Amino acid sequence: MTITDIKPRNTKPATKKRATVRASDPKNPNLTPEQLDAFGDELDDLRQRVLGKLGKEDADYIRMIVKRQQQFEIAGRALFYLPPAWPLAVAALSVSKILENMEIGHNVMHGQYDWMGDPKLNSRIYDWDTMAPGENWRYGHNYIHHTYTNILGKDRDIGYGILRMDEDQKWRPYYLGNPIYALLLMLLFEEGVAVHDLEVDRIMAGERTWEETKKVGKPILRKVGKQTLKDYVLFPLLTGPFFLSTLAGNAVANVVRNIWTFNIIFCGHFPAGVATFTEEECENESRGHWYYRQLLGSANITGGKLFHIMSGNLSHQIEHHLFPDIPARRYPELSVEVQALCEKYGIEYNTGGLTHQLWTVAKKIVRLSFPTGTAKPQPAPVATSDETLAA
Amino acid sequence: MTLTTKLLGSKAVAALTAPHGVDRYLEMFNPMWAATEVRARVVDIHRENPGAEGSAPVATLTLQPTSTWRGHRAGQYVQVGVELPGSARRLTRCFSISSAASLPGERFTLTIRANDEGQVSTFLVNSAQVGQMLHLSQADGKFTIHESAATPTNNHLVMISGGSGITPVMAQIRTLLRDGYDGRANRKVTFIHYARSEADQIFADELAEIAAGDNHVDVHLRYGDATFSEFELRRLVPDFKNTDTWACGPGGLIELVRDAFGEENPRLRVEFFKPPTVSTGSATGAVSFVKAGATAENTGATLLEQAEALGLTPEFGCRMGICFSCVKTKTDGTVRNVLTGEESSLPDEEIRICVSSPVGDCSVDL
Repeated sequence: MTITDIKPRNTKPATKKRATVRASDPKNPNLTPEQLDAFGDELDDLRQRVLGKLGKEDADYIRMIVKRQQQFEIAGRALFYLPPAWPLAVAALSVSKILENMEIGHNVMHGQYDWMGDPKLNSRIYDWDTMAPGENWRYGHNYIHHTYTNILGKDRDIGYGILRMDEDQKWRPYYLGNPIYALLLMLLFEEGVAVHDLEVDRIMAGERTWEETKKVGKPILRKVGKQTLKDYVLFPLLTGPFFLSTLAGNAVANVVRNIWTFNIIFCGHFPAGVATFTEEECENESRGHWYYRQLLGSANITGGKLFHIMSGNLSHQIEHHLFPDIPARRYPELSVEVQALCEKYGIEYNTGGLTHQLWTVAKKIVRLSFPTGTAKPQPAPVATSDETLAA
Repeated sequence: MTLTTKLLGSKAVAALTAPHGVDRYLEMFNPMWAATEVRARVVDIHRENPGAEGSAPVATLTLQPTSTWRGHRAGQYVQVGVELPGSARRLTRCFSISSAASLPGERFTLTIRANDEGQVSTFLVNSAQVGQMLHLSQADGKFTIHESAATPTNNHLVMISGGSGITPVMAQIRTLLRDGYDGRANRKVTFIHYARSEADQIFADELAEIAAGDNHVDVHLRYGDATFSEFELRRLVPDFKNTDTWACGPGGLIELVRDAFGEENPRLRVEFFKPPTVSTGSATGAVSFVKAGATAENTGATLLEQAEALGLTPEFGCRMGICFSCVKTKTDGTVRNVLTGEESSLPDEEIRICVSSPVGDCSVDL
């Protein structure tokens, strides 16, 4: 079958421009189940080819990153003894935390390096240098978010239960504060991720029992305690007379890391054009459709090699969502083939520079703080009802 | 334990490196520095059977562990993790310690036969060089003796081993002799060993020396087709059923020894290389490996073996239920632990697939 056989899914012109895109939007190809299967097979092949190549190079790479991260960390902690070097100390510690959270922590906890058999790089053992306990995160992120990516009502990462990031989240006056919540979430991203799995909105709605909350909450408290003790008590104390400047430096480094990770992650999921799916569209989903959904549900950021490393290669969010357990350093080479496949099947490959992607994210956050009014969801071939969408 | 080790292992230092272990940082400076992890440097490699044509080479490796090594009791094993050159993949296997009981931080030896299928044993025997770093666990295992020169009993001890199963038994005999067992104490040890051939006999010189020595240790070496028989054991030790006995070797030998001693005889302690094969007569139902999308009729073998028979390559380590490398989630069905016979039907239960065999229908997240 050639690509010319693919007909647009919905020939009816859109009645009103939506602020966010649904998968059934006419801009997305209406792939038949057979085409989806073929598409899935090609991605499976690609996956197998790369898995077959994993070896010493990948192991050396991640160990090198760990070593660099530790050097930055030690340098940062040590430079606090030298007050004039304060900006340098903060910079080094920020770089260390960013590397540890993104290229090391996030990726290791995805199981990207489990094949190495090294307990220190094993997804079930690793815990990262942030307040969110690895164990909770593995459930909320690895399982819920990566399995139900961008399915309305299932993926809790659409707005994180705080923001309105999709038109199909029903508007409430609360959302007038959307930009402010986003700004706060950016500055307190570490704390936000930590309490994400508490599902505070669901506790408020009475959907979660106290027992469940306690089970999730305890490890969070323990981890928050440890991180606070380390960054805001012990290391400041160790620098003696410079207690306050070290405390402030550690706080700034944590915030720098917060701002950076927030921006990378929001550019990976919320730029203009990224599509959401309804539960009905994903019922009895084929592997091909799962891949298709991952592709439409993420976006990339272009940049140089250092930029990709500092973003944990999550600048290749599309490839990460297609292959979450393949070492992230392989995403740039994978992206070439993924783009070719997208072209072949007429699927949009959402990519752009950091400022461009950020700009569209910011616009979306502001736009969705207001009611989006009468826009009717476009009828997809698989009919959906408003009630399920609002859920 | 030195002061440095104590300090590095302290809660205060751990709080500074949290959530990471102190070792993540120490290793960067020197692979022999450790706070809790155990590693070792190979300091000597000695070929045990250079003359044995046609049988697998055996070597004794002397290891200098990090100061975190807590020592071992004779008869215990250690998990050895090694990154094979080229693959960057760490493989972990269990090996019995062949030297006499060690104190914390002391050197010890492993005596290893290079099995054809064993990537780790082949590497350690044939390719490893002095200076090679190994990842270790602490010593573990209950195949140990309580007798020593300091315990004034005159119990008769029986040791039975086959092939490479001689290593933990050797550690026990070496410990007894080192710690003062001699002919004057009238503490008798009967040691029976089965080997493929005389040329293949490891520790031959030392065994001859022990046999000749005034130490009350009787050494009986059997070669080739000679297999264990209750008759022979009764001739050597008439009251063997009431005598403390340690047996280590291949599954077949252990089954014969078990039969001779009778079910659940508390006098007998055993250790074997591979878990005994499960009877396949009663196996029913289907086994499905969910992630791989593979389903097949249950053969009664362990889940690991059944997965491999289907062409899957799940991670594994010791293949005897020790190292937990192969832990997977059983989503549905009942499994039997082939070591204990215990059955379990809990849903979403973490199981070691190397020692679990399905009872009826079973699904594993693999």
